[in-house]
Amino acid sequence: MITRESAVSGEAGDGTVARAWSSPDGAAALAAPSFAGKHLRADLRVLLGFFLPVALALLWEVAVRFHLAEGRLVPPPSRIFATLKALAATGELWIHVWATLWRVAVGFAIGSVAGILLGALSGASVSVRRLLDPTLQALRAIPSIAWVPLFILWLGIFEASKVALIAIGVFFPVYLGVAGAILSVDRKLIEVGRVFRLSRTALARRILLPAILPSALISLRSGLGLGFMFVVAAEIMGASEGLGYLLVDGQQMGKPDQILAAIIAFALLGKAADTVLVLATNPLVRWQDTARETL
Amino acid sequence: MLTLEHLSKTYADGTRALSDIRLTVHESEIVALIGGSGCGKTTLLRLIAGLDRASVGAIRLDGEAIEEPHPAIGIVFQEPRLLPWLTVADNVGFGLGDAPSAERKSRVAHALEKVGLSENAGRWPRDLSGGQQQRVAIARAFVTNPKVLLLDEPFSALDAFTRASLHEHLLGLWDETRPTVVLVTHDVSEAVTLADRVIVMRPKPGRIEDELPLGLARPRDRTAMPFENATRRVMQALDQSLRDTHKPSQRDQQAAALWW
Repeated sequence: MITRESAVSGEAGDGTVARAWSSPDGAAALAAPSFAGKHLRADLRVLLGFFLPVALALLWEVAVRFHLAEGRLVPPPSRIFATLKALAATGELWIHVWATLWRVAVGFAIGSVAGILLGALSGASVSVRRLLDPTLQALRAIPSIAWVPLFILWLGIFEASKVALIAIGVFFPVYLGVAGAILSVDRKLIEVGRVFRLSRTALARRILLPAILPSALISLRSGLGLGFMFVVAAEIMGASEGLGYLLVDGQQMGKPDQILAAIIAFALLGKAADTVLVLATNPLVRWQDTARETL
Repeated sequence: MLTLEHLSKTYADGTRALSDIRLTVHESEIVALIGGSGCGKTTLLRLIAGLDRASVGAIRLDGEAIEEPHPAIGIVFQEPRLLPWLTVADNVGFGLGDAPSAERKSRVAHALEKVGLSENAGRWPRDLSGGQQQRVAIARAFVTNPKVLLLDEPFSALDAFTRASLHEHLLGLWDETRPTVVLVTHDVSEAVTLADRVIVMRPKPGRIEDELPLGLARPRDRTAMPFENATRRVMQALDQSLRDTHKPSQRDQQAAALWW
């Protein structure tokens, strides 16, 4: 294999380098990093993200092990992972994870569908926007916790009130994102549709929808993130299952390791859900001309 | 035949963009509209495309009034306006919505071949240069076989070499179906290279100042004497239009006399 190092140093005694530079293809092969090299660099970039949390965890572990810190209220990572392992072994962790995931999934589905529909209507029609937007903007300003007593009164203390709270959290960023994206679609692209005499439906399907997709997907990601924030509030307000319940239980039983285990589970679950959403939607926006690859 | 009858356009803020435009463009004729900025060339093209409505007057294509975008009228804008989520081939075939798949494929392939972009059919617009993108836009306009093709300064942002190459691609495509072409340009050489007739416009409000039939055979040699003579005639007409634009009106002269 021709390596960049051998080309620079001229050490290839068999004349490989000279041949490589003598043809455009060979020169291009030398100039461009190899496929394996690119992947290695990508892997290292991903690993870089783990550096800070792992370093902090190790520092804290060492501090507790060497009695430099007490570790009672902030237990060391080894104790937190032992708690997580024990919860997983008994199956309790999976019950809580499933309960939380189910609530977020249903709340996200309801909130995002409502957000997309109303956002699309509000963005596409001046009359609907004038009718809906002021009310929705006022409702958006209400803190999420303020809904809790009302939802419990209306929907009871079981699943419906929790899902409703999560749906509210997801709805607003999706509504704003979709409506804003429609309003900022390039007028010149709409004119291309007009020149080819597209009907309103065809214009929406062939120009508006693909044009708003990148912004709409970002608003869905923000909605999903808020869904995970709101599920904590929903489960803290009263639940017998779910990672939020695990938090409250840890607080009431004086078990900080359980609280931190639940927080870590939340972080992993949220990141995993976001990654799934990004991977599922990336093929839809691969046409984008962004700076992502160059930064 | 494309006919513009006493066409005027006044915007909502009172700006008079066009006044009493009368023009007949014959079938397969290439007409270039030339004039300084703000003389209403693009406004006139948008009216013919049906993208805007005239305040007064009418546009007729073979007797049929044009008040909205028409299937027989295609347009190439100043910027390519390609849809970034469609490949080059899908952009070219965008206007062939109802055509059967096989026919659509063959028409797109032919149009791409004519503009020299067959190898780029599967690429995204972002991967093309400015000149290549404009070639795709030209292919998209031609693929529907329009009777009238409107070109709104489509080559203005390109370098001289790319522009010359695009002129050839355009004339190659035009030669196949011979649509009527109305070209808006600032470039005298471009107008003389492509057009059968040059219409000189002047501003405030936009109106036709002069009409110059060129009478040059195709293909045109830009270094030949007839081409240079035609260029000179167009430049003289433009200079005259400039002098007329800056000449004080009778009212201004009367006001000045009163002042003194």
